[in-house]
Amino acid sequence: MSDVISALQGRTAEGVVTIQEMGLCGMITLRGDLADPKIAAICRDLTGHDLPAKGHATTTGETGLAWMSPDEVLILVPYATSEVALSMAQEALKGSHFLAFDVSDARAMFQLTGKYVHEILAKLAPVDLDPAHFPVGRLRRSRLGQVAAAFWKVDQDSFRVVCFRSVADYTFNLLAASAKAGPVDHLNG
Amino acid sequence: MLTLYCPCCGEDVDETDLHAGGEAHLKRFGPGSSDEEFEGYLFMRENPKGVHFERWHHTYGCGKWFLAARCTQTLEVFGTYPAQTLEPPKDIRDKITKKRPGWTWGALS
Repeated sequence: MSDVISALQGRTAEGVVTIQEMGLCGMITLRGDLADPKIAAICRDLTGHDLPAKGHATTTGETGLAWMSPDEVLILVPYATSEVALSMAQEALKGSHFLAFDVSDARAMFQLTGKYVHEILAKLAPVDLDPAHFPVGRLRRSRLGQVAAAFWKVDQDSFRVVCFRSVADYTFNLLAASAKAGPVDHLNG
Repeated sequence: MLTLYCPCCGEDVDETDLHAGGEAHLKRFGPGSSDEEFEGYLFMRENPKGVHFERWHHTYGCGKWFLAARCTQTLEVFGTYPAQTLEPPKDIRDKITKKRPGWTWGALS
């Protein structure tokens, strides 16, 4: 089999905010009735996290859960375990109305780290990223420049961004350009 | 710039994240309907200068449809509500009446 590689193979741009493509990440889209206890149970089994509240994500390292819409959750697992995780989800939810799909190779994930990370993102998305309104754990699906993306706040100084793999290069360059242009000293003071 | 609250995912969303879906509360007339009814369903639309009810799709976000009541003249938003409704909720209609006394929209007022 061919070697699997991520979209940008860990490309990194250092600056006031460091942009790093995270390499291979396991991502499973799970759609269904999020109130179904079976969905909550399998999500907990796979990641160790409870289902996040509306508009939130809970992650530790490579694993976690991201709320994507009222009937969709993104399950994050280490890349090597995504196939096993997918079959476990399919097994656990057999009989329910659901959809589970491994999108690991269809998405790209970025880690943004730095003091001005809010500003670097706020320049690109029509979202109120004031730390007072966007606390740790908050997730938003919106757009960055011209492409759709989801991002959530991992801790005070870092965000994670997920976009389609086909636009990974654009997203990386966009984020890097925004970081290169520097802070505007509006949100962080 | 228009900012609408998406009742599905609970976010204040910029209009560039949304897709306009035309008039809200259309009633479909299909097979068995008269020519006039079918024509009305296909082509006849409200085009008000003022209070309007519209469908919006949260394209860049949760991917759900919702409905919005707003003023086409001032861009004032009176409220948004779930797409699974046959007519605007009473609280939104009351709010509009307070701000735009005597408003009409189709058969509503």
